Amino acid sequence: MSDVKPFLETKELAIGYKTRSTERVISENLNLTLEPGQLVCLLGSNGSGKSTLMRTIAGLQPALAGVVYIGQQPLATLKSAELAQKLSLVLTERIEAGNLTALEVITLGRTPYTGWLGALSSADQKKIDEAISLTHVEDLINRKIHQLSDGERQKVMLTRALAQDTELILLDEPTAHLDLPNRVEMMRLLHTLARQTGKAILLSTHELDLALQAADMLWLMQPDGLIVTGVPEDLVLNGAFESAFAKSGFFFDKSSGTFNIYQDVCTHSICISGDPMLAFWTKRALQREGFGVTDHDHATYRVHCDRQDEAAIWQMESALHASKYFNIADLVSGLKSAVK
Amino acid sequence: MAETAQKEPSLKSPATAHRLIFVGLIMLAILFFILDVMLGSVQIPFKEVSKIIFLQESENTAWLFIIEKIRIPKAITAILVGCGLSVSGLQMQTLFRNPLAGPSELGITAGAGLGVAAVMLAGGSSASMYAISKLGVSGSWLIIVMASLGSALVLSLILLIAGRIRDNVILLIVGVMIGTITLSIVSIWQYFSQPEQLQEYIMWTFGSLGGVTQYHLYALSGVVAFGLLLAFISSKALNALLLGENYARSMGLTIGKTRLIIMLSTSLLTGSITAFCGPIGFVGIAIPHITRSLFGTSDHRVLIPGCCLTGMVLLLLCDIIAQMPGMGMPGMQTVIPVNVVTSLLGAPVVIWIIISRNNLRSSFS
Repeated sequence: MSDVKPFLETKELAIGYKTRSTERVISENLNLTLEPGQLVCLLGSNGSGKSTLMRTIAGLQPALAGVVYIGQQPLATLKSAELAQKLSLVLTERIEAGNLTALEVITLGRTPYTGWLGALSSADQKKIDEAISLTHVEDLINRKIHQLSDGERQKVMLTRALAQDTELILLDEPTAHLDLPNRVEMMRLLHTLARQTGKAILLSTHELDLALQAADMLWLMQPDGLIVTGVPEDLVLNGAFESAFAKSGFFFDKSSGTFNIYQDVCTHSICISGDPMLAFWTKRALQREGFGVTDHDHATYRVHCDRQDEAAIWQMESALHASKYFNIADLVSGLKSAVK
Repeated sequence: MAETAQKEPSLKSPATAHRLIFVGLIMLAILFFILDVMLGSVQIPFKEVSKIIFLQESENTAWLFIIEKIRIPKAITAILVGCGLSVSGLQMQTLFRNPLAGPSELGITAGAGLGVAAVMLAGGSSASMYAISKLGVSGSWLIIVMASLGSALVLSLILLIAGRIRDNVILLIVGVMIGTITLSIVSIWQYFSQPEQLQEYIMWTFGSLGGVTQYHLYALSGVVAFGLLLAFISSKALNALLLGENYARSMGLTIGKTRLIIMLSTSLLTGSITAFCGPIGFVGIAIPHITRSLFGTSDHRVLIPGCCLTGMVLLLLCDIIAQMPGMGMPGMQTVIPVNVVTSLLGAPVVIWIIISRNNLRSSFS
């Protein structure tokens, strides 16, 4: 595709677990690449083998077959000190080093570069300061690590990975313990970091909608062990996204890019028109209540939403009714009584 | 620029605090060293003590002998025990990520005990008894070699199992079990032993700082110094291990090699000290905790020298307390075994740590 040399490449990689007598292959024939400046999200349902893939790429567990290349060199031939200068990790495990300050944790990121006592050179100090300003954790650095919130701690661990100054950063479910604002902030931060620093960032996550928005590339782990890769939008349009998360009870709405937990149950169709934003939220509310929403003008009910002097107005019309509502709750109950 | 200016004082203040604590501990250590040398069944005035320490001369040859041949070696032994056991405990706690780990918990002390028992209780044949009495009193080289072999045996067993078990916590449990097995073997041995041999062994189990003299002291100093050096060299690796093995590996640490160095250091420190001084409990587990709360850090580059200083201060204090009953009574052998004193002081400290910090799991390091 391009002349850019990938930071990470796998050739015919097979991942899984090996005990003395048996070999459990989770996924094989993986040919994946990670290019500079890319944010790649590894998606898959629980137990699909995301962690196994991450661990294999990070060299924490051996591959069953095939080769992982870390910047042109096979992973197996790299010494652990060399690998540490090319690949850094952010893991889900809680660190229990309570007495360390955030700055001390970040400083540990320089371990692969410092001498036998871990004394910092001015270059080390510069990398640490850079990492701190990239993630904006200036206010946290003097606090003890156990005094930080989950979101803050995760940012500190990311800063530590940045201080390690590697081409590749692997994050295993970095948003797992975070609340929504922190999840959004973390994804936004990772997206900007990939752009600003030119690093390749691979993260596994369950945040489908965030991944769709932030990722340059998705690696979708299908239930059968195959991994489909591509730009998020392509994967949505060709149906790969839907099939990776195929489960009864909900479906992926391609037009809005969200997973819907409800399906049409009512025969009454409603046409919504007017202000686009009001129409969008009105549609969601009506779908939840089980109404079918169409674009056809000859629907049984027509709802026109509009803004008049800052206030929103919903006008509902049918062959028998015509009413005005000032919020969605009233509109829904009005429609319900009309349908009866 | 504004950033660095803002950071400067906050970065400096802990370092300054550490330096102050170091200076305070060194002064305490010197004070306790002099007190330890001064006090005892024979009272020697301070002026004479300092004269003997600094000028190696005195009008009273008995005092000169007591201080040079008995009290100074004993005080130096206290220092070595304080440094060695606390640093080996610190390393164990970080390696096993367990606040209640220590050399005795790993079974290394018990292994050394097995070696000592093998010498003291073996067969009871006149040949071996003769050999022991020929080789010297309780601190004979035979006992030292056997104690070191005993700890090495337990350690290699644990290392062997460690190769199969990746889980540190399970490894710790295995260590405790091996220690229990070792002590049971010693108990069986004791049961079938002659009363005289038993007495000698039981005296050893009380622990004593006084049995190490001259030549033995050089050997102990050498081994402890080497063990401490190994520990200090691995302080960077120990720091990385604070984040857990996976993070440590991702930062370029070869876990196997690191483990080996730490275990070698621990076994040397624990084995040699146990051989010379008997099993001295609670030093290895309590002093790292005291040092951590004193310095408020987990950085091993601070903690290792910190543990040495705290350890020597407390061991000197224990030794002073141990000889209090016999103070001023020449000829009286009323000295409490040092193991009893360390347990009396150390066990409450451990209980206090567990009670006062309910976040023990998160603050061990």
